Amino acid sequence: MDELKKTILDYVRREYLEEGDERELKTDTPLITGGIVDSFSMVSLKRFLERKYAVKIPDADATPEAFNTVDSIVELVERFKAVEV
Amino acid sequence: MATETLPATFRDITRAELEALKAAGLFKEERYIHAPQGAEIEVEFPAGAPLKKVLNLCSNNYLGLSSHPDVLAAAHAGLDRRGYGMSSVRFICGTQDIHRELENRLTEFLGTEDTLLFSSCLDANAGVFEAILSDKDVMIADRLVHASIVDGMRLCKAMQDTYKHSDMGHLEEKLVEHAGKRFRLVITDGVFSMDGDLAKLDEIVALCQKHDTMVFVDDSHASGFIGRTGRGTPERFGVFGKIDVITTTFGKALGGASGGCVSGRREIVELCRQRARPYLFSNTLASVIVAATLKVLDLVSATTERRDRLEHNARYWRGLLTQAGFDIKAGESPIVPVMLYNAKLAQDVARDLFAEGVYVVGFFFPVVPKGQARIRTQLSAGHTTAHLDKAIEAFRKVGKKHDILGKSKNEIVDRYGL
Repeated sequence: MDELKKTILDYVRREYLEEGDERELKTDTPLITGGIVDSFSMVSLKRFLERKYAVKIPDADATPEAFNTVDSIVELVERFKAVEV
Repeated sequence: MATETLPATFRDITRAELEALKAAGLFKEERYIHAPQGAEIEVEFPAGAPLKKVLNLCSNNYLGLSSHPDVLAAAHAGLDRRGYGMSSVRFICGTQDIHRELENRLTEFLGTEDTLLFSSCLDANAGVFEAILSDKDVMIADRLVHASIVDGMRLCKAMQDTYKHSDMGHLEEKLVEHAGKRFRLVITDGVFSMDGDLAKLDEIVALCQKHDTMVFVDDSHASGFIGRTGRGTPERFGVFGKIDVITTTFGKALGGASGGCVSGRREIVELCRQRARPYLFSNTLASVIVAATLKVLDLVSATTERRDRLEHNARYWRGLLTQAGFDIKAGESPIVPVMLYNAKLAQDVARDLFAEGVYVVGFFFPVVPKGQARIRTQLSAGHTTAHLDKAIEAFRKVGKKHDILGKSKNEIVDRYGL
């Protein structure tokens, strides 16, 4: 697994799973529709990505769909990293 | 030519949305109650059905004061002395002597410095954050706070963050992360409405003192009955007088009509008086409610009998459910969730209980997290032991029908799914 996916997966696990939560988290696990992350707590994930990868994700692009899996989050980050370059 | 301004497609699209809600089992229907609020009520459900006398286990009438004769008498007297409507917001010509009297009484009751009335606690929560914080500040909320707090935070320009439910380690990480902000405000419910558990207010206050941070508590499901004399979760956790901002409602234990307040540090309350939009742009709290709430405060301050009775009922009911083999959320509050995990099962059990004469409601996603469907039972000081003994018989019968008695979470999930 590449570094980007691993970093985001680790953050999601640390930030959103309760202690003792044994759910297996993979890059295609639904986070929003699966009830792991909700729109209220999603802001910290967006801020983490922006800070860690020095990108600005416009609110219009930070949709629940775009944040639904680690795979889709990686796509989003890469899209805006490309814009930054 | 069209005869109305409604676009032709609007009805089609919204009807489809409503049908989708029905298909997903998320459509809410009201039940018409033909009686004052109380432990036993007469209900018309579905609409047009004959009235059915049922035991109410789902109201927020924690102290049984919603239809108390002294409260009704005070409301009548208030109506006679101060009239029905004020036809004004507070700051134009909508503040009577009794509005200020109630604010002063609440300040004393909640152990704060000042209080401002709102039409509801939802309004208080909608207005308070925007009034006191700016984009230089951060709000750090427990992830399970009430929806009205989430909405209020969204109206405020301060940065938003959340911490895992009641996780003090995670909260401290967030306090450190946001140390550079001008002000940090930690936001929590006193009693969480869906799980019935209490915020660890003693630990929260200690952490906030350590990190020079303010504390906000919505004590709507606590004011009047949690704590030895019913002053709420700050009293329960030995931090009475140490909370910077408290919001609460008069729509639950404190008479149950409507209205709420922001109570706290003098400057915070004054800023709300100057800036909180629901205070500035919404009508004053009706005098009749103010007069009745003053009487409620007299009653709850005179004796702890009702909150003691409620505490006893909650313990007794938790014991009955556990003995019967139901899976309940442990705790000490009068909110006792019976866990069923599956949304359809929660609805079926609620429907069957209604047929057996017990009025409860099933809760499922998005009101509670996915796979956490439940029936939330709520106790009242108005319940007698006989009421609860009757209710548990209905629960046993329905639990047996669905084969969930004595079953673990895994067994229920294996059978019914999540």
